Amino acid sequence: MKKNESYEEFVKGVWRDNPVFVQVLGMCPMLAVTNSAINAIAMGLATFFVLVGSSILVSSFRHWIPKQVRISCFIIIIATFVTIADYTLLALVPKVHKELGAFIPLIVANCLILGRQEAFASRYPTRLAVFDAMGMAAGFLLALFSLGAVREILGDGALFGVKLFGENFEPWVIMILPPGGFLTLGVILLFFNWFKYKKDEFLAEVAEAERSS
Amino acid sequence: MDNLLWIFISALLVNNFVLTYFLGLCPFLGVSNSLETSARLGLATTFVMLVTAVCAWVLNTYVLIHAPYLRLICFIVVIASTVQFIEMLIKKLSPALFRAMGIFLPLITTNCAILGLAIFATNRGYGFVEGIVYALGAGIGFTLALVLLAGLREEAELSSIPKLIQGTAMNLIIAGILSMAFMGFAGLFSSS
Repeated sequence: MKKNESYEEFVKGVWRDNPVFVQVLGMCPMLAVTNSAINAIAMGLATFFVLVGSSILVSSFRHWIPKQVRISCFIIIIATFVTIADYTLLALVPKVHKELGAFIPLIVANCLILGRQEAFASRYPTRLAVFDAMGMAAGFLLALFSLGAVREILGDGALFGVKLFGENFEPWVIMILPPGGFLTLGVILLFFNWFKYKKDEFLAEVAEAERSS
Repeated sequence: MDNLLWIFISALLVNNFVLTYFLGLCPFLGVSNSLETSARLGLATTFVMLVTAVCAWVLNTYVLIHAPYLRLICFIVVIASTVQFIEMLIKKLSPALFRAMGIFLPLITTNCAILGLAIFATNRGYGFVEGIVYALGAGIGFTLALVLLAGLREEAELSSIPKLIQGTAMNLIIAGILSMAFMGFAGLFSSS
């Protein structure tokens, strides 16, 4: 039972309530850094660290944080973890840090992270909060990676810097530029809409068949 | 003077915060369903941006040179308290304006365009006047993008659109096309 519960919280974040594709949260870093797969992964990992770290802290201290100033407390906890992530990336991978630039400090303003603290970590025990945070962060990472990979393959003809197509491939430069981000995410959301529409249609058909039999 | 004009135009059109830097997308996609509310939100955001630019400059010059690693925490605390303060001030001075802005004022705290403005201005080493001009350009640019999308969405509501496309997917694709149009402004400076 216990194991199932944790597993359930994890899977919820990755697929059913995927923060980007289903809840449409955390869009700003989502679109800004996904012009290549490697940047997308670095951003995803930094967010993973911040989300899990601040969830642990928030849910451990949930009985001591006063209700009236909780948002400020959450923000300060999150900002602390983001500062740690910022300096760690600067020390380990300076090149990626330079490309992500101002968007690492901007993780603070990612509504996904604050949303999880408010909706989950501040109400549930630490163990569940960790699984919830891991699921949400993994879902975010998945979304970042799929968007980054599509944009890099189409816009640069490469994945992780390795050329995939022959010399004759004409890169779609627009995909790396800002409009490409909006368009790719729009098309992915369209696909999710279609998927949901088909599923609803299927469920309706099943219900209809049961009623007539 | 030329330099200031360049900063203004750059923040307003060429490097528009919403359409080129992807900042402040949550209000951009969430609140842009009517022209009037988006214009109001844009004005409130511009105002907070101006105040933030001044605060960021003061912090950078007097406090943060001694402790650069506290930058992020300081900025976010200053923004949150500024918004709170402005809210109280407006409520006291002009209840009509307060009612007009409504829920938007507190929500500005979580708008990443504000924090982004403070960080960009610091990274580029803008002085006091440059910072204010930059904030003004960014704020008006944000309002412009918001109003443009709201206008398009109001039009789209009147036409028959397949149910599948309606909602966020359509807004994102509209934003993509708008962003493409704004790319054209990049040519403003390269030619001269």
